[in-house]
Amino acid sequence: MIKSKTRVLFRLGDRIFPKITLICSLIVVAVLVNILIILFIQAWPAIKVSGFSFLAGKNWDPVKNAYGALPAVYGTLLSSFLALVIAIPVSLGSAIFLTEIAPSWLRSVASFIIEILAAIPSVIVGLWGLFVLVPVVRNPIESWLGTHLGSLPFFQGPPFGFGFMAAAIILAIMIIPIITSLGRDVLKSVPSAQREGMLALGSTRWEMISRAVLPYGRSGLIGAIMLGLGRALGETMAVTMVIGNGYRVTASLFSPGTTVASKLASDFSESSGISLNSLIELGLILFVITLSVNVIARLLIWRLTSVKGKTD
Amino acid sequence: MLGLNSLGAGIAIVVVCLMLGYIIAHGLSFINLDFITGSAVPAGQAGGGMHNEIIGTLILVGLGSIIAMPIGLMTGIFLSEFGTPFTVSVVRFATDILAGVPSIVVGVFAYAIIVKPMHTYSAFSAGAALAIIMIPVVARTTEESMRLVPGAMREAALALGITRWRAVISVVVPGALAGIVTGIMLGVARISGETAPLLFTALGNSFGYSGLGNPIGALPLQIYRYALSPYKNWQQQAWAGAFVLVVIVLIVSIAVRWLSRKRRV
Repeated sequence: MIKSKTRVLFRLGDRIFPKITLICSLIVVAVLVNILIILFIQAWPAIKVSGFSFLAGKNWDPVKNAYGALPAVYGTLLSSFLALVIAIPVSLGSAIFLTEIAPSWLRSVASFIIEILAAIPSVIVGLWGLFVLVPVVRNPIESWLGTHLGSLPFFQGPPFGFGFMAAAIILAIMIIPIITSLGRDVLKSVPSAQREGMLALGSTRWEMISRAVLPYGRSGLIGAIMLGLGRALGETMAVTMVIGNGYRVTASLFSPGTTVASKLASDFSESSGISLNSLIELGLILFVITLSVNVIARLLIWRLTSVKGKTD
Repeated sequence: MLGLNSLGAGIAIVVVCLMLGYIIAHGLSFINLDFITGSAVPAGQAGGGMHNEIIGTLILVGLGSIIAMPIGLMTGIFLSEFGTPFTVSVVRFATDILAGVPSIVVGVFAYAIIVKPMHTYSAFSAGAALAIIMIPVVARTTEESMRLVPGAMREAALALGITRWRAVISVVVPGALAGIVTGIMLGVARISGETAPLLFTALGNSFGYSGLGNPIGALPLQIYRYALSPYKNWQQQAWAGAFVLVVIVLIVSIAVRWLSRKRRV
């Protein structure tokens, strides 16, 4: 009698337990969908008032009730783009080094160190940036660029230290470990038959890497870079601490700037009414940008893994 | 060209070592007993510490983990054991995308759904924001480590007449435990340093914990405020706080490395 009762209970568990796991999974999906919906609802009053002029406006003036997102969006895209320019060569080089060149003991030590870099909280990177990097950017880097390449529009104006250049360097430091470790995983998934085939044709080691390994992993590597980009676009604390909080659109990398995330971080808790709605609209723009970048990145990485499945 | 690649790795490693070394050395010089046990003091006044903020961070991380662990774990179990190919791809995609949502946007979301309706900044809203950030980390590592458990173990359990959910709970989960613990620790390390989502949920509170419905202080938040302040004393405390956070992160990273070593071999 007791035995059959526990059996009934266990059978019941077999029906309930998968349902519980399903519900929890649906919560995750629901949170993601709700972020989009709630941000849109909260931003709606601002969208209704300013419409598309929000994207083109250059001022953020709560007194005159004029809100424009252009400098923040421009700052976000510029600082992330510059960060990629610095980070791509370093991190692809590191990923190749870690999979193809380094002896195996060095591989695990070096990957560990790079993973630690990824784990350092953003606010601490910002603290280091504020007190160590910004002075260095101001004096040797920007003053040198200003004297020698000052005729270019990118290097004009007084060397503040705080500005797009410091933000780009900090962002690069933060996304290098991400691109490196994802890139390393991609390169590891390249079948060794590809390498051996190339070497058997008489290629050198570098020819093997550049003509066989990299082309094979291309879409995965692009995916890794895009994930790094997604991270850079949304990075908040470290950028807020070094970018200098100037609300302007300018070609000069020496100039203080703003990103969407840093605007939110510095203004949000002091805003109310339509000003707050406009900030949430900024957040919505950031969400949509990072969402599209991440979706493309994931699809690229998934495509690579499914291709690998077919050839195996 | 091979040399250039090694140079890339060299640059990355040198940067980490410089940064870590500087933070640890500089932070250590400002650490004292007062920092751990004292409360915040007005600017310019000597002494003072981040006792309340350290407690606040512990509470927030605990709160975030309590919400995130069951949901993340269950999602991981669903992805690895119960999903159909279609639901698995949808949920996995959502988890990956959620992991990529900027933490400040998560903060805005928590503000909109909790702070605004309740008309007060609160520890609870901050815990919820941190949980949203932690869930994807726990879910994906749980899924990955459960997939590493051989199918033969599941079949052996089922062949003994045990039901499927019991097999999952008493055979598969214990088999994947090292990986699951790793995931939880990675999540804890991630949220203990998060600052952006706390700015307009936890807000900060120098007078210590006063209930989940009220503003609460947090270590990373205080580091941010003090770092941007013009006062030497506060800046030094920011460095000391950074030291504490970095040490926590380092310990967790090394523990994770140690835990996952067995699986990699």
